[in-house]
Amino acid sequence: MAGWTAHTGQAVALPMAGIDTDQLLPARFMSTPRGEGYGHFLLYDMRFGEDGEPRPAFPLNKYSDVSIIVAGRNFGGGSSREAAVYGLVDYGVRAVIAPSFGDIFASNAVNNGLLPAAVTDADSEALLASLGEGARKLTVSLDTCQIQMGDRAVPFALDPVWRTKLLEGWDDIDLTASHAATISAFTQRDQSERSWAYLRAQGDEPR
Amino acid sequence: MIAQTLFDRLWSTHEVLRRDDGASLLWVDRHLVHEGSHHAFGKLAARKLPVARPDLTIAVSDHYVPTRDRHEGGANDTIRRMITTLAQNAGAHGIRHFGLFDPRQGIVHVTGPEQGLTLPGLMVVCGDSHTSTHGAFGAYAFGIGATEVAHVLATQTLWQVRPKQMRLTFTGALPLGVTAKDMALHWIAKLGSDGARGHVVEYAGSAVEKLTMEERMTLCNLSIEGGAKCGIIAPDETTITYVKGRPFAPKGDDWQSALNAWSKLRTDPDAQFDREFEIDAGTIAPTVTWGIVPEQAAPISSRVPLNASVEALHYMGLKRGDMLAGLPIDEVFIGSCTNARIEDLRAAAAVLSGRKAKVPGTVSAGSMLVKRMAEAEGLDRTFIDAGLDWVDAGCSMCVGMNGDQVASGQRCASTTNRNFRGRQGPGARTHLMSPAMAAAAAVTGKLTDVRDLVPEGAIHKVGAA
Ligand code: SF4
Repeated sequence: MAGWTAHTGQAVALPMAGIDTDQLLPARFMSTPRGEGYGHFLLYDMRFGEDGEPRPAFPLNKYSDVSIIVAGRNFGGGSSREAAVYGLVDYGVRAVIAPSFGDIFASNAVNNGLLPAAVTDADSEALLASLGEGARKLTVSLDTCQIQMGDRAVPFALDPVWRTKLLEGWDDIDLTASHAATISAFTQRDQSERSWAYLRAQGDEPR
Repeated sequence: MIAQTLFDRLWSTHEVLRRDDGASLLWVDRHLVHEGSHHAFGKLAARKLPVARPDLTIAVSDHYVPTRDRHEGGANDTIRRMITTLAQNAGAHGIRHFGLFDPRQGIVHVTGPEQGLTLPGLMVVCGDSHTSTHGAFGAYAFGIGATEVAHVLATQTLWQVRPKQMRLTFTGALPLGVTAKDMALHWIAKLGSDGARGHVVEYAGSAVEKLTMEERMTLCNLSIEGGAKCGIIAPDETTITYVKGRPFAPKGDDWQSALNAWSKLRTDPDAQFDREFEIDAGTIAPTVTWGIVPEQAAPISSRVPLNASVEALHYMGLKRGDMLAGLPIDEVFIGSCTNARIEDLRAAAAVLSGRKAKVPGTVSAGSMLVKRMAEAEGLDRTFIDAGLDWVDAGCSMCVGMNGDQVASGQRCASTTNRNFRGRQGPGARTHLMSPAMAAAAAVTGKLTDVRDLVPEGAIHKVGAA
């Protein structure tokens, strides 16, 4: 995954609190192979009526090219499904701005290059109010950890480890492979100190 | 020596290395995978990587498995494909697999502890948020996403930033008829669905010490519904008695050295937490949710709050000030990794015994071994005679992936963990509660205080014995 430094794009507000991962990506779509794309499933039951027709008033149906979502608190709580992030990323979303995020969602987001930008309650309300039911261009910068809306700059919080990861576009598996010697020294020592914590290979266990 | 918490000790045992920026690489003792892990196996295949430690990886079929007509292998082609894909991935990588027809099959968070795979002091991860369940043993256990699952498969390690710590002390004792489920809904209602965000929660206090292992699992299971990274409880005699002799529990010399290690797994008296809360367990009542997030929960004797959100009211078909007790329901579901262990089924059966359910319902044991145990005790007869469906083990109507769903607009009294919109099926209205409360709702066809239904002499059978 490629790293990035700043992104400017169309933002809309989803002002409700607690948009959980079951809303972001309903479970019934999760058997789909990733290659087929998850963008269409994003917020499916909010975007589409029971008849499958788009709800015209829903911001993602009203505006095209949306790449930034501003939402209420506890965005992405609930299930650990990374599919919620696939839905956002495949739809074209690069950043979500909210007062708080579900922990697992936020970590999944960073693993897929999606920025979970945490802002204060007051800044969140101000952003939501100024967007209203419309759409506006915003810039999010990982360099300055700021959101620029017109001449207003709003700071956001992001764990420094996650910031670096988004900037560099790291692949964790490669990174970990570079520590192979340390890991194998650890397991050698650990396996002798905590042999009770290890399992025998399959088929080799006492019945 | 600086005073340490239980969590400090778990963390330092598993820390392989720490980077300058503060990220730590942690060693994973048990990695549980299920059908939903197909994305991660796909990532591994794309990079042609083997599974680093198949001996420490355990596959369980649960999310998609049929609970009825199991021999057909699943309700439709997609579901069948999900189930066979896990079997193929497990086979190809030499991973232990409790598959569709294994007598030990069940929900991953029921099977792991039941088999003795979950032990005090371990680090347990799984691509499922309710992995917090295993914290009941004093294990560091939490849910991860697919990219992380792939990383654990490839390396048996995980990068983490050290979380903050919070202690939740339940003083006193639970009143009769009040359960671990009520404790959990109570604290989540108080602190909010993101009240413990970014924190490991250690549950402590006399009311927690009195809980059985199964009750502790219910309490830790719901940690994630309060936004916690995980829940943990220090292991004690209750824990050791539960673990001893289970199929994968350590034996012989290993058992002795495990006991020695586990005796150190506690929080020092003067250890510091980032946040501390105290709740008098004696003030907790049977609790039900009325809304669309778990924090929207209240005692059964109360009303829908006057400041309830319009969204929640609209979805749930309720009005502000509506009485919770007496609210008519359409069906009942007793199951899930939260509340489908043998004690849960016993509590529900104690309420249903000799009675008829006024509404249809499903009882899905947490594992096939729990199902067999319940049948040996005759609990199946109680459920069937009451008019409920007695089905095989799996996630079932907790998430509806296998086709077991609540129909749109129907109101379900459910022992599960999420009342999110659409969780049990599009348009489904979920009220979360304990197994005894769900059974009471089945009997009356309405949300009901179980204490009004069960005579005082028998109420100990439903909770806080
Ligand atoms: S029973 Fe429900 S919450 Fe538990 S693992 Fe299955 S789907 Fe997840």
